[in-house]
Amino acid sequence: MMARKKTSDVVLTAIWGDNPVFRQILGICSALAVTNLVLNTMVMGAAVIFTTALSGLTVSLLRKHTPRIIRMMVEVLIVAFYVILFDQALKAYWPEMSRNLGPYVGLIITNCIIMGRAEAFANANPPGLSFIDGLASGIGYSIVLVSVAIVRELLGMGSLLGVAMPFFSSSLWDRWIIMVMPPGAFFTLAVIVWFARTAQKDREAEKKQGAK
Amino acid sequence: MNAPDNSMVHLSIILFTAVFTDNILLARFLGMCSFLSVSRQVKTAVGLGLAVVFVMTFTIALDWIAYRYILQPYAIEYFRFILFIVIIAAFVQFVEMALERFSPVLYQNLGIFLPLITVNCAILGASLFMVIRAYGLAEAVVFGFGSGIGWMLAIIAMAGIRERLNNARIPKGLQGPGITLVIAGIMALAFIGFTGVLSGR
Repeated sequence: MMARKKTSDVVLTAIWGDNPVFRQILGICSALAVTNLVLNTMVMGAAVIFTTALSGLTVSLLRKHTPRIIRMMVEVLIVAFYVILFDQALKAYWPEMSRNLGPYVGLIITNCIIMGRAEAFANANPPGLSFIDGLASGIGYSIVLVSVAIVRELLGMGSLLGVAMPFFSSSLWDRWIIMVMPPGAFFTLAVIVWFARTAQKDREAEKKQGAK
Repeated sequence: MNAPDNSMVHLSIILFTAVFTDNILLARFLGMCSFLSVSRQVKTAVGLGLAVVFVMTFTIALDWIAYRYILQPYAIEYFRFILFIVIIAAFVQFVEMALERFSPVLYQNLGIFLPLITVNCAILGASLFMVIRAYGLAEAVVFGFGSGIGWMLAIIAMAGIRERLNNARIPKGLQGPGITLVIAGIMALAFIGFTGVLSGR
């Protein structure tokens, strides 16, 4: 019973309460650039989930055998290992997507979220829980990016996942070309962060009142 | 492989593109973490910017050499992620030690920014772009230098604007990262305006 509760807690805080993107805008460097199309973003999200989950598991498994001084080095190597796996697999089975994503898959290595989870969570928790924490952090991160991508693709190109949408692709809708260009990503993310932060603040305020 | 075009015109186009139209931060979204967190004061922004220009120019040259003469002959290009990170980390460490030993004044001003740079994705990103675009050594160095300058320009401009914003009334939820993203968007718009300069050539 205890263990189950803890697992659900971990998932909830990772996805919503402590979502790295809302809290600190951490780790968007490696992914914001590919949010102009929903499909690209989903593949990128899958790459991040894959890496955070498995590197969390591995770091946690090795945590008792790693000398503290070279800890960071080991973590970087573990993360890099999984990123290379994903990159090579993508290149082999889906070369077109690999070209679209360009250097951004490789840049997952320097994504602060993954190192942050490895350092803050996997280092001090059992493997199973670390795996779930990594999975949830990756999902929380991907949700934000996919929502940015949905807004951008819908308003900018009138389609979702490459399929033309009824109203937005008709002549009634003037396509917002700017949404597909870089500034669109900044504006969309800013608005999403604004909503999320306001919602979180309200919730915190409610909690405080409830405690009284 | 084609011989790299090293003419002045070609190189200056690469430089201009890297600084303005294809700015590594505003068009490629690299180096956002430190851009958002270290852009509160102009003074620190200048320090960090200079450090980025310096490190990027030299690591891209080192990465180019390592890629061309170590990875390519053995056909182990997929190893580049790890090799580039190690090179960047080692270079930063080395510069830090050299600065501390030979120029304490510079060390005091730039030293604190150097560790931050190892995790700056713009540095690794520039090297990865270099591989994808198959630049020659001269092109790579110019590209690295230009990207560094572009990044520095963006962060200094952002810091200048944020200093002014200290007295502005901003909606609660938009404070901090939110408003910074909005400003970055407007700056990105302005930089897109430079595209006309090249296309009118």
